[in-house]
Amino acid sequence: MALLEATGITKRYGGIVALDNVSVSIEEGEAVGLVGPNGAGKTTLFDCLNGVRRFDAGEICFAGRRIDGLPVFERARLGMGRTFQRLELFAGMSPREHLMVAERVHRADGRLWKDLIWRGRANTRVPRVEELLVELGLDAVADDPIESLSQGHGRLVELGRALVQDPLLLLLDEPSSGLDTLETVGFSEVLVKVRVRRRTAMLLVEHDLDFVRRVVERTYVLDFGRMIASGRVDEVMAEPGVRRAYLGEVTS
Amino acid sequence: MTQFLSYAIPGLPYGCVFALMAVGLVLTYQTSGVFNLAYGAQAYASALIFYVCVNAGWPSWAGFLAAVVVVAPLLGLAMDRFLYRFIRSAPVLVKLVSALGMLIAIPSALQLIFGNQARLAPPSLWLAPGSVYFHVAGDAINGTELSTVIVTLAVVLLASLMSHFTQVGLRMRAMAESPRLVQLAGINSERVGVAIWVLSSFLAGLAGVLLAPLFAELQALNFTDLLVAAIAAAALGSLTSLPLAFWGGIGLGVVQELLGGYLPSGSVLSSGLRPALPFAVLIVLLLALPGLRQRWFHDDPLAGCDPPPPPMAATIGGHGLEELLRGGGWLVLAAFFVSCLTWVPSNWTFTLTQGIAYSIIFLSIVLLTGMSGQISLCQAAFAGIGAFTCAQLATHLGLSVFAGIVAGGAVAAAVGAVVAMPALRLGGLALALATLAFGLLADNVGFQFSWSGNGESGVNVPRPQLGSLNFTSGKAFFVLAFVLLIVCSAVVLAIRQGTTGRELAAMRGSELAAASIGTNLAKLKVTVFAMAAALAGVGGALFGSLQGTVSPNDFNSLLSLVFMVVVVTTGVYTVQGAIQAGMAYVILYQVLDYLPSQWRNLFPILFGLGAITYALHPEGVVEWQKRRVVEIVVSRRKHAETVG
Repeated sequence: MALLEATGITKRYGGIVALDNVSVSIEEGEAVGLVGPNGAGKTTLFDCLNGVRRFDAGEICFAGRRIDGLPVFERARLGMGRTFQRLELFAGMSPREHLMVAERVHRADGRLWKDLIWRGRANTRVPRVEELLVELGLDAVADDPIESLSQGHGRLVELGRALVQDPLLLLLDEPSSGLDTLETVGFSEVLVKVRVRRRTAMLLVEHDLDFVRRVVERTYVLDFGRMIASGRVDEVMAEPGVRRAYLGEVTS
Repeated sequence: MTQFLSYAIPGLPYGCVFALMAVGLVLTYQTSGVFNLAYGAQAYASALIFYVCVNAGWPSWAGFLAAVVVVAPLLGLAMDRFLYRFIRSAPVLVKLVSALGMLIAIPSALQLIFGNQARLAPPSLWLAPGSVYFHVAGDAINGTELSTVIVTLAVVLLASLMSHFTQVGLRMRAMAESPRLVQLAGINSERVGVAIWVLSSFLAGLAGVLLAPLFAELQALNFTDLLVAAIAAAALGSLTSLPLAFWGGIGLGVVQELLGGYLPSGSVLSSGLRPALPFAVLIVLLLALPGLRQRWFHDDPLAGCDPPPPPMAATIGGHGLEELLRGGGWLVLAAFFVSCLTWVPSNWTFTLTQGIAYSIIFLSIVLLTGMSGQISLCQAAFAGIGAFTCAQLATHLGLSVFAGIVAGGAVAAAVGAVVAMPALRLGGLALALATLAFGLLADNVGFQFSWSGNGESGVNVPRPQLGSLNFTSGKAFFVLAFVLLIVCSAVVLAIRQGTTGRELAAMRGSELAAASIGTNLAKLKVTVFAMAAALAGVGGALFGSLQGTVSPNDFNSLLSLVFMVVVVTTGVYTVQGAIQAGMAYVILYQVLDYLPSQWRNLFPILFGLGAITYALHPEGVVEWQKRRVVEIVVSRRKHAETVG
């Protein structure tokens, strides 16, 4: 059984069908892309998988469990990590604190009575967090206020925040948006390293096809809410249907 | 049918006033993005000036010109130009607190100028209030009622004619739809904005002058209730639709009087529920209408999150200075403790003990607003719940006051959790309004029963006793209060430094991201609301035991607003901030007590204006000044090093 098995996801906004009978399947440790023109429904699909949005029809199984009724936080606890297209960071906290709070929540060490008894223990350094900060190259800025960091560092903090929880599946929503070419290449290299070291399964929404090619094994193509193709990146991009979706009708 | 009409028709004048206010509120909220809570104060200002003018022998048309045509628009315009204009894109809390500051400062400023004597029998705008003009369905229609309805209809007719047939009216309507699009269409939206503020303030002034004669005495509190009724009416139109807000106001006024007619007269239900109807309606609407709820996603990436406070003064100057400041803090605390037990006169010890009780109540605001980013405008109600629980258990069941204080905290926590549950889906402005309505409901209905606050007369609370230890003396009670404050502060500090504190900070930063790392937001919010309510309850119970007797007036709904304003002025992010707020609150009050009674109005004015500094210095006045001093010291030191 695949790690993530979403079948027949349909989402309507009034008369608009944002997702039409979309199915996605991801094996354990597999990296899969999700590409498509603007407005194809990629982020909507992410939101449905992650629990931020309810959908109208279909079902999702994750790690052998039906999860479509579960709220966002329970899906996260089952091992579904996520980053956001527009950064969602915790204002006023440093990168280290971002990772520490995620690590604590993951270990379910957040009981209120524990705070009252073990005062100040939450401030002690956690080896896992320190290692991850180094691995992502965030150690130099670990104590800076998050507002002072660049978009690229912000992306890495979001990635670290998700990774510190040892997710089974990582949903990455357009990590290259807002990054310059160099940062984009750097981020894709970090992702490849993460894949090699941790074998974390990924679903990557991305416009930058070079980025997708570097990171994933196969990709889905979404257009107007319908899944129009799936397979290896170069093969899929050569399909006439995909070319039409991206480039418009080809007339010779 | 006749009976129905005879109940419904007296509601029309109230409805008209609600409708005028609701329309004005929606107008400015739509176009400037600031929810003008000071609107009630604007109405009060015009009513008061009209009263003063007419009592000085002016004809009422001259009074009307002065109060409604000149002063009201000027006041609104001044607020927009000097305050609201600068905070349009600020976080919700900043806007809310600034408006709250104005709501509190304006009536006091007016009373400082014109004196705070009782103003009985406010004059009617136009027709003689005493004379009956005609009867409808058995109702005698007097001059006040008739003129209210006629004036409202005339103004609404004029306004809608203007908005449909003039250039500026068209632009105003466009502004109300989308201020951004109006700018893109090449229209100077600032100028249209000014026109809207003038119109809206005129409506507030008019509503104020029309409402005043419906009550026997001109009181600022009536206008806060009017404000909430107007908010409820505006909520009927999702805070966006002008016609719906107007008809909502009319409907609310009529239903209110219908309830008064059909409910058994003389019962608490009819005396309490009738005036409480707008608050109840507001709560239900906020919970039911999806458009008023906070969304997961914002158009503005910074919406809903506060700017981070600048670094604490202690951290700027390096480790040594941090230790020094911390040590100094402990020294001040110790000196305070010893002084109160030795040389401080007993009336001041009493005052400072009061300050401790307030500090504990204010800790709840630090926990809820400063640490978690949730806005609650009903913390005084929770303090009241704690105080009345303690009082009732001690006087009627003979329970020890210690147990009473704990029980007070527990009951407040339970109520807090129940309030929080529906509030989970709300955020920002909607949460603030819902808690405001809850506070008013508690004040007007909940605390009026003999088993709770016992209305005007209040309940007695004994001083605690523990075996042979007796806390009846002022000094002994001070020690008890001091210890309680230390315990409560330690709890808040432990939460802040622990994982829960981090999770709260994460939730404040981004609810979406906090959920995506597995934080159970619902549980966290209920927990923090309950904890905060418990703190307020304990503080309230302590306050009650200190005073010896407590009545609902000690915890009225307006106080919740004052509390909020006081705490954000001194510092909402730290435990020290709460203690400083508590002390500043009572000390300032005591000092002003030495002055003539009129000067006591300085108190709300100072804090009201202080709240405005929150927009620039969210860390609070005390911390801000401390940082300035430290920065000067540090730069001097650096300068000396480079020169030397």
